[in-house]
Amino acid sequence: MKTLEMKTLALTGNESGAEAMRQIDPEVVAAYPITPQTELMHKFAEFAADGKVATEMILVESEHSAMSACVGASAAGSRVMTATSSAGLALMWEIVYVAASNRLPIVMPVVNRALSAPINIHCDHADSMGCRDSGWIQLYSEDGQEVYDNIIQAVRIAENDGILLPVMVTFDGFIISHTMARVDVLPDKAVRKFIGERTPLHPLLDVNKPVTYGPLDLQDYYFEHKKQQAEAMRSAGAVIKAVGKEYGELSGREYGFFDEYLTSDADFIILALGSTAGTAKAAADELRSAGEKVGVLKLRVFRPFPAEELAAALAGARAIAVLDRSEGFSGIGGPVFQEVRSALYRRYQIPVSGYVYGLGGRDINVEMIASIYGDLKAGRYHEDKAAHFGVRE
Amino acid sequence: MALNLKELSKKRELLSPGHRACSGCGSILAIRQVMMAVEGPVVVGFATGCMEVVTTVYPYTAWRVPYIHNAFENVAATMSGVETAYRAARKQGKISEDVKFIAFGGDGGTYDIGLQSLSGAMERGHDLLYVCYNNEAYMNTGIQRSSSTPFAAATSTCPVGDVELGKTQHSKDLTAIMAAHDIPYVAQATPHNWRDLIGKVKKALAIRGPKFINISASCFRGWRLPPHLSVDVSRLAVETCFWPLYEVENGEWKLNYKPKEKLPIAELFKLQGRFSHIFEEANRELLDQAQAFVDRKWEDLLKRTGDKVQKVLA
Repeated sequence: MKTLEMKTLALTGNESGAEAMRQIDPEVVAAYPITPQTELMHKFAEFAADGKVATEMILVESEHSAMSACVGASAAGSRVMTATSSAGLALMWEIVYVAASNRLPIVMPVVNRALSAPINIHCDHADSMGCRDSGWIQLYSEDGQEVYDNIIQAVRIAENDGILLPVMVTFDGFIISHTMARVDVLPDKAVRKFIGERTPLHPLLDVNKPVTYGPLDLQDYYFEHKKQQAEAMRSAGAVIKAVGKEYGELSGREYGFFDEYLTSDADFIILALGSTAGTAKAAADELRSAGEKVGVLKLRVFRPFPAEELAAALAGARAIAVLDRSEGFSGIGGPVFQEVRSALYRRYQIPVSGYVYGLGGRDINVEMIASIYGDLKAGRYHEDKAAHFGVRE
Repeated sequence: MALNLKELSKKRELLSPGHRACSGCGSILAIRQVMMAVEGPVVVGFATGCMEVVTTVYPYTAWRVPYIHNAFENVAATMSGVETAYRAARKQGKISEDVKFIAFGGDGGTYDIGLQSLSGAMERGHDLLYVCYNNEAYMNTGIQRSSSTPFAAATSTCPVGDVELGKTQHSKDLTAIMAAHDIPYVAQATPHNWRDLIGKVKKALAIRGPKFINISASCFRGWRLPPHLSVDVSRLAVETCFWPLYEVENGEWKLNYKPKEKLPIAELFKLQGRFSHIFEEANRELLDQAQAFVDRKWEDLLKRTGDKVQKVLA
């Protein structure tokens, strides 16, 4: 199938997200300001004010109400979106779980920012990693192009009748949200056709078939409902892959669970999420030209966690470094480190070295990544406890 | 439909029998009366609380209309979302019915934890009626004090002890706070005067925009009251001017009922075990303080409404 002609734009990550939202034209958007997500909603509000979308905006008084309104509107039958960062996501927390547990296909860009205290507006993944167990699908984006592509795919994944789970599309605050880069966008009509109309299963607004949302569910049924939810998350992998393939046929950019860069013959692989994967690729390029067999695995889908496929992709490596942009405070290492190690357990005997880096927006560069490859080559592993990397001692 | 008992008795109940409310529950009476006022399609939302729990124990529901419960503090925001989705669907021609929206919360979910959500929804102007069933404490979780609990009342978290004698603060005037939002309609009601209550709900539902009705509803468990007195106690709340019946329509304050003879607050409190300590001789000062507060609030109200009684004309 011939891919469609794109329009090439120069957009910040936030503008890229807003552009995807313009094309999706959700029926309801609830919004509350928080840095660094603000510009995404500024841009989208301009689209609404100019009549470029038919969206009804709910300009709420808090993120808690933003997610609450999203739950109401999505249960009512609308296609619904919001966006947030950091403390905003933390304030939503309770209702983030309600959204997933009521199987409401809400799509939410999360512009990653550190959590307080101390207050810090810059990037780390503490916010979205903190709600990794909330029942939302999580897609991490490396750059503005992926922000755009992931948001469009998220609508299809979330609204799949066999899944019906909300999706978080994350991207790094400031590093991606405020950096202008090339984004190839699909024609509006192609996006509308790709996502189709939402056909809600039991909308609250079907007044002739009244339904009760959110009943009290005790010992005799709650567990069964949680199992169904877990099964939906397990089934989501196949849908994410199918949607990624179909999107590839449309755009020429196919998406899977992760992106393998020079890994097929690599001895040493660095696994990273978000913008750091781009930095790691640059480091791998430099080391490859010096003859080192190194590669990068960029994880896109963190929930559901693609354990089996990921383990297979890492199987040939001599050692792996996992970079976590959140602490986790487990005393062991960050959440990605623990999931990767668990995925390899009893499958492959490969050393996994954990690094916690970049908290509160602390920079990471090509030389730093190269030094991690150096650690792996020298057999200096952080297997039992992840290292804090790039921090003053 | 004429507002009389004969006609109401023929009406299909939207809240069906078989729910699990206590016999003698004032809140379920209030909600039943609210639903009796509804004509045509309606979506209801509930904050977490007694009435949510007793009407929807999975796999059963007492609701014959679409119903959503989200969490404790957010029924107003949740119903903002439902109402906005409705406007979006209307705009796209996906729905043609004229649908009404009612959010219900107890005093905990309305006066306290849900106040921000309520204020936001009212300020944004959603076409939504918010009904507080106010039983003056957190009854669902075991009778803890709320900002609606009256002065001197004993609760699980402000019990009568050797040093403390029940709640030390007066209740918050939420109805006035909602009136200060300058929304089109605000009212107080109680289920003993069903004609007034149903009339107010009918009137509210006929108005476009945000509306708020605060209903005093007894809880015999929390108030330490014989269950058969749950309606009488509402009448006494009005006759003592503890809970005046009034409405604020587009900024105009109207008194809907004035007792011929204002009864002392003791008449209301003496029925309720939560106030028994204030009738001990050593604690009479508490009763005086409670009376003084009611007197001041009543005088304030009369300044706003005038002496003239205006019946609710829905």
